[in-house]
Amino acid sequence: MNDKAVENMYVSKSNRRSETFREIKKNRLIYLMILPGMLYFIIYKYFPMYGLIIAFQDYKPYLGMTGSPWVGFEHFERLFTDPMFWSIFKNTLILFGMNLLIFFPIPIILSLMLNEVRITKFKRTVQTLVYIPHFMSWVIIVSIGYVMLTMDGGVINELLVYFGFEKINFLLNDSWFRPMYILQVIWREMGWGTIIYLAAMSAIDPQMYEAARMDGASRMRQMWHITLPSIRTVIVVLVILKIGDVLELGFEHVYLLLNAMNRNVAEIFDTYVYTVGLRQGQFSYSTAVGFFKSFIGLILVMGANWLSKKAGEEGIY
Amino acid sequence: MVHDRTLGSRMFDIVNYTLLAIIAMITILPFIHVVGGSFTTSAELAARKFVLIPTDWSLDAYRFIFSTDTIFRALGVSILVTAGGTLFSMLLTSLMAYGLSRRNLPFRSTMMFVVIFTMLFNGGMIPTFLIVQYTGLLDSLLALVIPVSINVFNMIILKSFFQNLPEGLEESAKIDGCNDIGIFSRIVIPLSMPAIATISLFYAVTYWNTYLHAILYLNDADKWPVQVLLRQIVVLATGMNYDSAEFGDTPPPDQTVKMAVIVVATIPVLMVYPFLQKHFAKGALLGSIKG
Repeated sequence: MNDKAVENMYVSKSNRRSETFREIKKNRLIYLMILPGMLYFIIYKYFPMYGLIIAFQDYKPYLGMTGSPWVGFEHFERLFTDPMFWSIFKNTLILFGMNLLIFFPIPIILSLMLNEVRITKFKRTVQTLVYIPHFMSWVIIVSIGYVMLTMDGGVINELLVYFGFEKINFLLNDSWFRPMYILQVIWREMGWGTIIYLAAMSAIDPQMYEAARMDGASRMRQMWHITLPSIRTVIVVLVILKIGDVLELGFEHVYLLLNAMNRNVAEIFDTYVYTVGLRQGQFSYSTAVGFFKSFIGLILVMGANWLSKKAGEEGIY
Repeated sequence: MVHDRTLGSRMFDIVNYTLLAIIAMITILPFIHVVGGSFTTSAELAARKFVLIPTDWSLDAYRFIFSTDTIFRALGVSILVTAGGTLFSMLLTSLMAYGLSRRNLPFRSTMMFVVIFTMLFNGGMIPTFLIVQYTGLLDSLLALVIPVSINVFNMIILKSFFQNLPEGLEESAKIDGCNDIGIFSRIVIPLSMPAIATISLFYAVTYWNTYLHAILYLNDADKWPVQVLLRQIVVLATGMNYDSAEFGDTPPPDQTVKMAVIVVATIPVLMVYPFLQKHFAKGALLGSIKG
């Protein structure tokens, strides 16, 4: 390399740097527009991430995050020896498993069914109706469930009696908690979950179906061999995202269903963090519990992403 | 498209349409039951079990819940939080989305990463609670808004929408001497009204449904939004009936009263639902996430 080339390189490098600087200056109003949003993310999303350090401290409100004494992994040791731990861990995993195995396929099936509907008006009407519950808060969903399932005049129990069965105390019974939970999830999210699949299905080339019909493929076969493979990537991405949600499974919903009678099956990480942290004021210990949960969640997402890439799919990042 | 007219295909259609009709019915029946039940008398509800359309119309339940100011106060709080929160969120979200929609902006991808990373990992309930406390929002209605001002999904949807606007418009405005804020407020916003309206409705529904943050950050019962009150009345069966100071010797809320409270908390969402549905049903919005 001769001197001239080296000089050229320097010039272009510093040129590029000053160009970036000029771009930034030119866009200063744009940065100003982004600033409030950025501040929000930094203060209410990243500061709490920094706040996770109290999981390694003995946090005292009057000492604050920076002044509280360090205790290393003491809270994590306590967590793993806590008799509640395995029960919470199990409950969280079971609800997660139910979400993934029972709930997750339902929107796919529903969108396959909707996709076969040729009468637009019928399709619209069904869609309009099944999307509604998604816009209701969990409080409303659980409340409706409550007035229908209660022993004092709830319609389900009244019908059970009418048909000659015994009343069932759905709300205060630990063996009914999980079915009730997943049914409410299905009711609220089944319709909404179809949107993304239907969008993916609408992009499928109609010629594929015509060719399949020429070859005498039945409607079921067309669904299985054309529609499903065409949305495979979308399904994979949504599975990964769902796994990311794992441990995020609606604190609100579970907390609303939780009571003294079903605590042994309904207590999950989030509700435990709430009870121990905010009700009992054990900030550090409950942060450790939450941290452990988030950490598992992150590992699961990365694992699922790695697996999907291994299988030749895209993954989410 | 050529239609398949074989017997098998017709059978398929019959089964498919029937099942879909049943699914749609089952989804919606609980709502009809609750609305119907709220407009009838306790006696009819007890006698007829599964009321859909009442025969014995009555407004007793509504008269009962509106007889004190508890519910008015809660509704007032919810309306205030919904209106204020939506405005605030839209301001922050659209400004940020527009900024990040600029293709040649230095550090754009870094900033996008900072935003998207928060979807994968977060500090969790307790550290967030402590930050809310440090920033002085505890027991203030602002705690229901500021700590959740931007929804990443909504921001990305708006950003993709802005990105799809023709670039030439901005350039010509620039030549005419308009600065970035002028372009945003005078050109981008008016052109994006459908997207802005939809995202606003999404925010409004979220704020109306706010519950978690109210129980986390507000101790003062006077500041509870309607969702918290609903839970008190229906799920805990406290709130109204145990609060004897306010209700005197009135009997505990019966089914019709609980249903009426559910209806009151639900109606606003149902009212905006047709507008919301018009936009997302096309799949246009969520389809654009990929972009």
